[in-house]
Amino acid sequence: MPERSRSSGEGGGGGADYPGRMPVASVFPQLERLLPLVQKPIQYVGGELNARVKDWDSCDVRWALMYPDAYEVGLPNQGVQILYEVLNEVEGVLAERTYAVWPDLEALMRQHAVPQFTVDAHRPVGAFDVLGVSFATELGYTNLLTALDLAGIPLEAARRTEEHPVVLAGGHAAFNPEPIADFIDGAVVGDGEQAVLAVTRVVREWKAQGRPGGRDELLLRLARDGGVYVPAFYTVDYLPDGRIQRVAPNRPGVPWRVSKHTVMDLDEWPYPKTPIVPLAETVHERMSVEIFRGCTRGCRFCQAGMITRPVRERSITGIGAMVEQGLAATGFEEVGLLSLSSADHSEIAALAKGLADRYEGTNTGLSLPSTRVDAFNVDLANELSRNGRRSGLTFAPEGGSERLRAVINKMVTEDDLIRTVTAAYSQGWRQVKLYFMCGLPTETDEDVLQIAALAQRVIETGRAVTGLRDIRCTVSIGGFVPKPHTPFQWAAQLDHRTTDARLAKLREAIRSDRRYAKAIGFRYHDGRPGTIEGLLSRGDRRVGAVIRAVWEDGGRFDGWSEHFSFDRWASAAARVFGEGPVDLDWYTVRERQQTEVLPWDHIDAGLDKDWLWADWQEALAGREVDDCRWSPCFDCGVCPQMDTHTQVGPTGQVLLPLPSVRAPEPVPAGE
Amino acid sequence: MVRTPDGPPPPPAVQRLRLHYAKRGRLRFSSHRDFQRAFERALRRAGIPMAYSAGFSPHPKVSYAGAAATGVASEAEYLEIAVTRRCEPEQVRALLDQALPNGLDVVEVVEVRSGNLADRLEASVFEVRLPGVPVADAEAAAVALLAADAVEVQRLTKSGMRRFDARAAVVALDVSAASPGETCAILRMVVRQSSPAVRPDDVLVALRQVADLAPPAPPVVTRLAQGPLDAAAAEVADPLAPDRA
Repeated sequence: MPERSRSSGEGGGGGADYPGRMPVASVFPQLERLLPLVQKPIQYVGGELNARVKDWDSCDVRWALMYPDAYEVGLPNQGVQILYEVLNEVEGVLAERTYAVWPDLEALMRQHAVPQFTVDAHRPVGAFDVLGVSFATELGYTNLLTALDLAGIPLEAARRTEEHPVVLAGGHAAFNPEPIADFIDGAVVGDGEQAVLAVTRVVREWKAQGRPGGRDELLLRLARDGGVYVPAFYTVDYLPDGRIQRVAPNRPGVPWRVSKHTVMDLDEWPYPKTPIVPLAETVHERMSVEIFRGCTRGCRFCQAGMITRPVRERSITGIGAMVEQGLAATGFEEVGLLSLSSADHSEIAALAKGLADRYEGTNTGLSLPSTRVDAFNVDLANELSRNGRRSGLTFAPEGGSERLRAVINKMVTEDDLIRTVTAAYSQGWRQVKLYFMCGLPTETDEDVLQIAALAQRVIETGRAVTGLRDIRCTVSIGGFVPKPHTPFQWAAQLDHRTTDARLAKLREAIRSDRRYAKAIGFRYHDGRPGTIEGLLSRGDRRVGAVIRAVWEDGGRFDGWSEHFSFDRWASAAARVFGEGPVDLDWYTVRERQQTEVLPWDHIDAGLDKDWLWADWQEALAGREVDDCRWSPCFDCGVCPQMDTHTQVGPTGQVLLPLPSVRAPEPVPAGE
Repeated sequence: MVRTPDGPPPPPAVQRLRLHYAKRGRLRFSSHRDFQRAFERALRRAGIPMAYSAGFSPHPKVSYAGAAATGVASEAEYLEIAVTRRCEPEQVRALLDQALPNGLDVVEVVEVRSGNLADRLEASVFEVRLPGVPVADAEAAAVALLAADAVEVQRLTKSGMRRFDARAAVVALDVSAASPGETCAILRMVVRQSSPAVRPDDVLVALRQVADLAPPAPPVVTRLAQGPLDAAAAEVADPLAPDRA
């Protein structure tokens, strides 16, 4: 397992419009026989509320959208839900969803020759024109290979023919698609709403013209006119020491750098309008509305904040309408107001009050996944939980010491934190969760040990303001992984042994003080997955062979601790890299120099590389930089480069009560 | 500083309704918990004026009874809800049926007149299709099972591995053939509600034990009816009949 145990073409199915191919039939009858034998079969049957099945033959461009993780994680993903709706709204275009199948079903599918299928109409993924895969994290790469193999699609893009779907990667990890360059035909970088329509137009035209020039021509058109990065059209040369010498197009007509896509008016794209309501239990059982996209707080570790600039707000009335429509369409009991830092919406207070008023008395929960340390966030959380339970609030100081927070540009002081938790505990919140990272640049044991002191002060404060001993604080730690397109893209990642040792000291420091030990929870698992995430995040094309070797060795679901095997990755890396100039450490714990060509330099996220370097130097000097929404522009480069601009309110609008919500339509009693 | 919910207690229930629903086709793979979530969302979508429990996490008042196992299709599932305004049962049926995914279908709604619904669900009729099993083999196994006084089987339950008798709960067991030319025996079994519950799988395990009946493919199980048992006639009556009268 799993050396291509199925002959190719079994999953091919084929489009009815392609001469000589079989009509596309549902594989559900074959799948149904396997379902009684697997865990949680409901995740494979589809039929969810608001799912769509369009007629195959009346569509000429067909997308399979994949989230490469289990259904319970993938279904709530906003990116897939948005694109699913955007595409299905277009006449003649259909989109269906597919997720990673668990190993129990995978084994049965291989045994019974059932191909990778979509959950909507159970069509074989190999029959679609495009397979779009959304990578929120790099740890889904092995699952991509499983899906390709089960679909009968050759793993290497170079071996695919016209009868195979075009495999496109998207999502945040696609900002460095190099480690999966061998396996994908293209990457769509940035916002997907308009990009998928551009790709659709190119595919439609090429098919309508009788597929001139075959697959190669289609990819060329996608690269030229569709804003798609096609790795095969770029050649990477290396220096003897292993660094990249240069990345250059090997075809006329393709750009030297591929720019990210940016949607400028979120109110024009109010998706998802009718979110899919799963029958199976999933990780987020709520209706999510993205209240703005982008963030300019400038936290230097945060890839999402860097690559999604500029800030674009949805209007308060647009949000109100989406909540209203979404709740009516789903029956969800909870609404999550999503963004990278929701309290930063210019009209968040009016929005919180407006929504709380609208849905008072309807048993509808409102939540703000707020993470900034700010007493204002507590006020917002109070408003949103007016009549609900106040269990826990989460804040993310990220760095344990004042010095380290300046390095990462998280402009929060210890006093800010104490003020914030004072507000939280005094207003009925019982538990505060604090999120930190370990392994940040310049960090020492001393920085991390200050987390213990901070947590103890939090408990002391909580006890003082409530007069209760039953106050809890949970300290949750994640290992820092340097990411492309951030000021820390040059940084050395801390090796997992040092990370684990540092956190063992922290755990001991928390436990050693009897007065607080029981009140402080400590959550930290293992630094090793972070090392592999680091390899995949900042890797280049040579890492693809490691991914393949791990997959062939049985690697699956690397985001799940029960499936992840560090040893499998480490030994595959050792085998693949051999005596060559690079190895696992070279990709992870090595600091890069200013002049080094980074594997993702030809992917343009709008950020000026010189600015990123300057910000990296500011970080090392412990200097902070402000937010351009309320201070002058600091020339990160995005707005001029992408011809975009920050788009924030206030609009001055308010949310008016909704009569239909306050009093649900009565069902009159018949006499 | 303990908070209590502001405002008045939730409005009281003024009417109780009993629902007969079905779990069909691919949605037979939904678990009971899956159904509960889907149903509570459907109540909200349909705007049913549900009665809620009090407290910080109020729950709509729904009583579930005798739910079929994951993977078992059912034509006869029942539950009861409480509402704060009087509702016309047929309208509730139509609204909820519309709000649930296809395959979770509301068959009938009646107003509660009397009695306890769970008490009425004394027995179930199951149809078990056994693809690949010749009718004669199934008949021989059925005869052997019915001839036995007791057949102990074991199954992993929530409280660990349990051994129990699967024979006593079987009130009737008939075998018929699927369409001509198809090798597929169809069992129709009437099974009494007991504790621990004897499920069709348990009866199949018993058939294997007494007669080596080993279906080559997973059985397809459908609950056809659930309700008061007429043991003499080996039939199950409609549990909503007393409410409809």
